[in-house]
Amino acid sequence: MDKPLSTAQANYLRARSRHRYVVLAGQLLLFILFVGSWEFFARLGLLNDFIFSSPSRMAKTFFEMAKDGSLFLHIGITLTETFGSFLLVMVIGLFTAMVLWGFPSLAELLEPYLVMLNSLPKSALAPVLIVWLGNNVKTIVAAAVSVAVFGSVMTLHTGFKQVDPDKIKLIYTLGGNRRDVLFKVLVPSAIPLIINNMKVNIGLCLVGVIIGEFLAANKGLGYLIIYGSQVFKMDIVMMSIVILCILSMIFYRIISLLEKKFAGKR
Amino acid sequence: MEPILEFIHVSFSYHSMDGETAALSDISLSVMPGEFIAVVGPSGCGKTTLLSLISGLLLPETGEIRLFGKAQGTSGANIGYMLQRDHLFEWRTVYDNVLLGLEIRHKLSHDTKASVCSMLDTYGLTAFRDASPSALSGGMRQRAALIRTLALEPDILLLDEPFSALDYQTRLEVGDDIGGIIRREGRTAILVTHDLAEAITLADRIVILSHRPARIRKILPLHFDDNHNTPLKRRSAPCFSGYFEEIWKELKSDG
Repeated sequence: MDKPLSTAQANYLRARSRHRYVVLAGQLLLFILFVGSWEFFARLGLLNDFIFSSPSRMAKTFFEMAKDGSLFLHIGITLTETFGSFLLVMVIGLFTAMVLWGFPSLAELLEPYLVMLNSLPKSALAPVLIVWLGNNVKTIVAAAVSVAVFGSVMTLHTGFKQVDPDKIKLIYTLGGNRRDVLFKVLVPSAIPLIINNMKVNIGLCLVGVIIGEFLAANKGLGYLIIYGSQVFKMDIVMMSIVILCILSMIFYRIISLLEKKFAGKR
Repeated sequence: MEPILEFIHVSFSYHSMDGETAALSDISLSVMPGEFIAVVGPSGCGKTTLLSLISGLLLPETGEIRLFGKAQGTSGANIGYMLQRDHLFEWRTVYDNVLLGLEIRHKLSHDTKASVCSMLDTYGLTAFRDASPSALSGGMRQRAALIRTLALEPDILLLDEPFSALDYQTRLEVGDDIGGIIRREGRTAILVTHDLAEAITLADRIVILSHRPARIRKILPLHFDDNHNTPLKRRSAPCFSGYFEEIWKELKSDG
């Protein structure tokens, strides 16, 4: 914008930015109010802080566990498992969606099974996975992958099928084959969809990893939550949950950044 | 001279669960090198099917299509096809879009790139080489799409209502523009359109099709004197309205 702004436009922009600050302030206030009243009622004794913990007790636990480094080990394990299974889900999801697109009869054949597997509550699989794979990280990753992968395959495959048939025709008129269609049209035009799918998958993988860690781990935030509840150290449980909240927000933000970078012009 | 393209008693039907739809019935036609043919007919009569058959995307059910005197699959003829919409990919720059065909056919070389660059230059797109297609106007997009097609040096150029997505004024300009480009490059072209005026301004001969299943009702050769031989000038030629009338009557009388 090289032109000087008109008064009306300047007013409009000012109103918009004021609105943004108001919302931000409101969000901050809500947070302070929540944490503050939690602490306040816990101190008054109206809230049993043995059961409900309190922000200060969580903070204390956090610093204790941070000092001996054990907390970062647990967070690191959970992060690694989540990223690992996320990558697996994206690779398997994309590859399978491409294969299904390439062989429509196969897609037709497998469709009811995919739908079934997708709607199956994956936590039901976890005990089976323990028996099959053992009490270890393989089970956790498998649980996480199973939570996200079927939906991912279906979403991506549907996305591929919805690409404008004329764009595909264009490739054929230029002398291309199905491979060219896949890599010159389908994949590039599906980038926004893929990134959107990443947003969903990272969240689902975290869910799967926590389910896995509940059952088959001696490290990780899921393990901390189960362990804490078993020995009735609710401070550990609550703190782990808060850390999970923060982690999932960070994941979401990272992928939003990716989205801004790659999916701007489509 | 030998015809570059021949239809010999070609028929084609589409099949679906709802039944069979005959699209083309007994089409016979020959096209000479360098000729510009326009195909007009009622909407949905199978005009696009005709182009798909020439390009080999569809195969005739009966009859034969010959290119350079050889059967369609074996002729090795190079066919360029311009679709209704330009379909420039937003995730590529204008330059990369124009190179798409060469890239697909593994013909990217110093020479082919140079010839694409000179076409971009001739047709006023050099300044937008590295821009994204959304920066182009409707007419420029069509020109880019044409360069993408011409980059493969097609023997025959198929045009499927390439101007129908443009507004009226742009359409006149781009029609003039693209018609001029095709003439200058000496290409054989087959244009499908429902705009009679467009057909008359661009073509050497007009093929008038009937309702579905399309048969050839009439083939009308056009003659304009040298003073009126660009698309825009043809519109003001005295015989323009005569031709218009003739095609219009032919289409109307089709029950």
